Amino acid sequence: MASKYSQIILFSLLIAGIQVLTHVTDSSYHLTQLTMTAYYSLLVIGLCMLIGYAGQISIGHAGFFAIGGYISAFLTTHDFSAQKGLPIVGFLVKTGIMTRRPDLYGGDLLTVHPWTACILAVCTALLIAFVIGGPVLKLRGHYLAMATLGFGIIIYRIVLGTTLLGAADGITDVPAFGLPGGIEVSGKGAGRIANYYIAWGTVVAGMTLLVNLIHSRVGRALTAIHGAEDAADAMGIDTADYKLRIFVLSAGYAALAGVLLTHYNGGIGPSEASVIKSVRYVSIVAIGGMASLWGALIMSLLLNYLSLRGSFGTFDDAVFGAILILIMLFAPEGLLRKQIIGDVKALFGRSAGRGEDQ
Amino acid sequence: MKKLAIMVLAAVLAFAAASPCRAADTIKIGAILAVTGPASNLGAPEARTLEMLVDDMNAKGGISGKKIQLIMKDSASSPEKAVSFAKQLIEEEKVFAIIGPSTSGETMAIKNIAEEGKTILLSCAAAEVIVNPVAAHVFKVAPKDSFAVDMIFEQMKKMKISKIGVLSSNTGFGKAGKEQVEKRAPGHGIQIVASEVYDKAATDLTAEVTKMKSANVQAILNWSIEPAQAIVIKNARQIGFKGPIFQSHGFGNIKYAEAAGPAAEGVIFPASRLLIADSLPKNNPQKAVLIKYKKDYELKCHGEECSTFGGHAYDALMILARAIKEKGFDRAAVRSAIENMKGFVGTAGIFNFSPSDHNGLDMKAFEMLTVRHGKFAPLSK
Amino acid sequence: MNLELLFQYIVAGITYGTIYAVVAIGFNIIYNATGIINFAQGEFVMLGGMTAVTLSGFLPLPAAILGAVIITMMIGGLVEIVFIRWLKSPSVLRMIIITIGLSIVIREVALHIWGEGVRALPYFSGTSVSSINLWGVFISPQVLWVIGISSVMVFFLSLFFNYTLTGRQMRACAANRDAARLCGINAGNMVTLSFMLSAAIGALGGCIVSPITYVQYDSGTPLAIKGFTVAILGGLGNSTAAVAAGMILGILESFSIWVLPAAYKDVVSITILLAILFIRPSGIFGDAEAARLKEY
Repeated sequence: MASKYSQIILFSLLIAGIQVLTHVTDSSYHLTQLTMTAYYSLLVIGLCMLIGYAGQISIGHAGFFAIGGYISAFLTTHDFSAQKGLPIVGFLVKTGIMTRRPDLYGGDLLTVHPWTACILAVCTALLIAFVIGGPVLKLRGHYLAMATLGFGIIIYRIVLGTTLLGAADGITDVPAFGLPGGIEVSGKGAGRIANYYIAWGTVVAGMTLLVNLIHSRVGRALTAIHGAEDAADAMGIDTADYKLRIFVLSAGYAALAGVLLTHYNGGIGPSEASVIKSVRYVSIVAIGGMASLWGALIMSLLLNYLSLRGSFGTFDDAVFGAILILIMLFAPEGLLRKQIIGDVKALFGRSAGRGEDQ
Repeated sequence: MKKLAIMVLAAVLAFAAASPCRAADTIKIGAILAVTGPASNLGAPEARTLEMLVDDMNAKGGISGKKIQLIMKDSASSPEKAVSFAKQLIEEEKVFAIIGPSTSGETMAIKNIAEEGKTILLSCAAAEVIVNPVAAHVFKVAPKDSFAVDMIFEQMKKMKISKIGVLSSNTGFGKAGKEQVEKRAPGHGIQIVASEVYDKAATDLTAEVTKMKSANVQAILNWSIEPAQAIVIKNARQIGFKGPIFQSHGFGNIKYAEAAGPAAEGVIFPASRLLIADSLPKNNPQKAVLIKYKKDYELKCHGEECSTFGGHAYDALMILARAIKEKGFDRAAVRSAIENMKGFVGTAGIFNFSPSDHNGLDMKAFEMLTVRHGKFAPLSK
Repeated sequence: MNLELLFQYIVAGITYGTIYAVVAIGFNIIYNATGIINFAQGEFVMLGGMTAVTLSGFLPLPAAILGAVIITMMIGGLVEIVFIRWLKSPSVLRMIIITIGLSIVIREVALHIWGEGVRALPYFSGTSVSSINLWGVFISPQVLWVIGISSVMVFFLSLFFNYTLTGRQMRACAANRDAARLCGINAGNMVTLSFMLSAAIGALGGCIVSPITYVQYDSGTPLAIKGFTVAILGGLGNSTAAVAAGMILGILESFSIWVLPAAYKDVVSITILLAILFIRPSGIFGDAEAARLKEY
């Protein structure tokens, strides 16, 4: 059935359409916030998979984002010149894994190439997720929530307390991430449109992977687990294994988002690892519909965009807190499930009984 | 799904179309401040100061006839928000200049953006690296930490102190101060016997000061800008530490002295003269400016005491205003006017900018103060 | 390290520990009655402190504290009625999320009411520099107040739960809600009462520690996390164990600065939390069997 891809194609058209619109109305500056939103959305769809399909809450996912971003930032900005003499460093320079580049003051820095840094960062996040996922996912309910919260806090405290990682100031002057074809992931004005498509292209690719996953054997197993974990267990599905796989996958998405956004922004700060960010991601998944990837994506697009424009003013955190409360009270399945749209239509139209086709 | 797509498209269309109209007789000034969040005791007074000043100036007709449209953004100390707002202010709102951010981490995150966007940035943060290397459009109005450190060490030498314990918080301010302290101590013959970094939200530091006391330090130097400063003093006196306690210029808000109560007596710290404005001699060049700012702020903010942090926002806006009055509304001209401004009397001191010095303050900006009977007073020689 | 220093550290640890234990007891009361972990517990502490400071502007200190406790109690009850009560058998996940959301909203509202500054009540006796010298260890009189009032509070709570009708009704609801209902106990009211009691305890705690630690609009969240760690450490639902666990955690944190930089103090408590969750979620003093059987 091509329908699972039709939504992806529609979405891609929407993305392209937005860009053309901004071009036509000479408001290309919107692309900045939209690009940043894309990277946050990458994390959100991974998280939605975990919370909605694997049924595991995580209020510490900003930790994985920070792991990805910080490792990449550190490796591409730290000057390894002091270790120049070591043979391994010489080998790394020769193979291009480490490169020289100029720094702020006109001097010379020996840093890791962005590609290597990215791969290392994402792999570290995957590894950490694999290692802690085992014990964490054995927990249920409150204990699981607190364990993930604790994980997020540990990461926050580590990046905040470590001078090498910039402590409270974070890491800045992160270089651009060069892609084949001469384009690069960076915040420079000239690359704005290219970066927009890179960001959303990554999201679309990520989405495609997840959609495929849902319609595969894995997806069906997950639906079974989500529906009734013990029954699924009894049927021979290795629930622990599936949950771990999705946990690691969502961590990978978060870390990749962290890496790319760090290069786009040219830096990262401890605020990206904070509890309030993790809570924000959860509230977006909640309002989008716990088990609706598209709902989460659309809501992430909307809410992150508004937040990055400062539309919520000094109430930024309060808005997400209020969303959590209101959604859980009134619409625990999220706002964008088909039924709600039907309800709204019924409210406004007389054709209540006829249902709607979508 | 299709309906959703249309909904979202419509929303974006609305945003695209809702570009704010630019009236010809206003000048847009942007501000990125940490009004909420971990650095709110910096950003909130700065925001209040700006709002107060802009209201005042607009009531008198604005700057050179144009009213000021202040576009304030709350970055909550997040560098990524600062980046997003900086780009928004520069590209979309096309502001004339940006005041802020409140913290060094955020300033460094947007330094290149401001430079690339050729927009004047007047940061209220203190890190050296903001103006070194110099970027043509980036200035800072907060004094150098190293001056404060030097003044403290000179005072310590006068008091024959050579062994100290250093406490600092895990914020950007604390970290920068600690670096300067460690760098300059040997040069003054001061030995740091014990050093601890605590969390900004720490509620009890007895264990840390006990460690200092047991290391037999002659004085404790605390470098932070949050309420923990008052907690350090209290805990130190409670465990019977009798030596002098030094604070950084982050102590510059009478609330901290009040919060610490009698424990704050005798604390020594460098600060801008704003805190002792009333007791300055009549011929002090800063006196008039300081008294006026103090009075206006306390009036506007219902009796809340003014602080040196709010003063940074004052300095930033007034420097900008003076440059505009001199050179009109051409950005390049205003930028070079700021760069060459001499003798500007601000709350933090008297500014003398130059193409190689985008900070403009020297050691004379600070005065050694102490707490006497619960009030700030100059430390008599 | 000499004996005096050791004791000074222990006293510091007991100070933190008592604060955490008070928050943990608040968690336990609500958990026992409802099975919910109230993430907004820290905010009750903060509200108590802030309200007391505002009231102390025109009321004598004891009246201000009493007023703050009553007002926060009302808020606690209101929270339960508006946000929890009318949800029919909500899932654990939903409850967690609602209370997290509540914690954030209460915090932001506090920011907009009271601003970002710190506030503190005056010391109950003495001043910020007074300290009592006990065998070479210096203790602020306020610490003695904190320990004293907390002990009295724990004592009265245990009297309440063991010897009063309402207290025993709450325990009945905690043990088995349906059976309690069958006995004619109004379970819904018990839940509201548990929230009010929790809020009152938290508020009192906030008042008595505010001279030492100050309250600020965001001082609730870190306290809630520590409080939760202590509650789990002692075994969720067990308030006496919470006191012991509080002391243990406080002392561990206090001594941790000998091996780790103070900035990592929080990492110590979180690591302990994770270790307990992985190894023995029922807590040091908890009963693994009983924890598994508890159902809501």
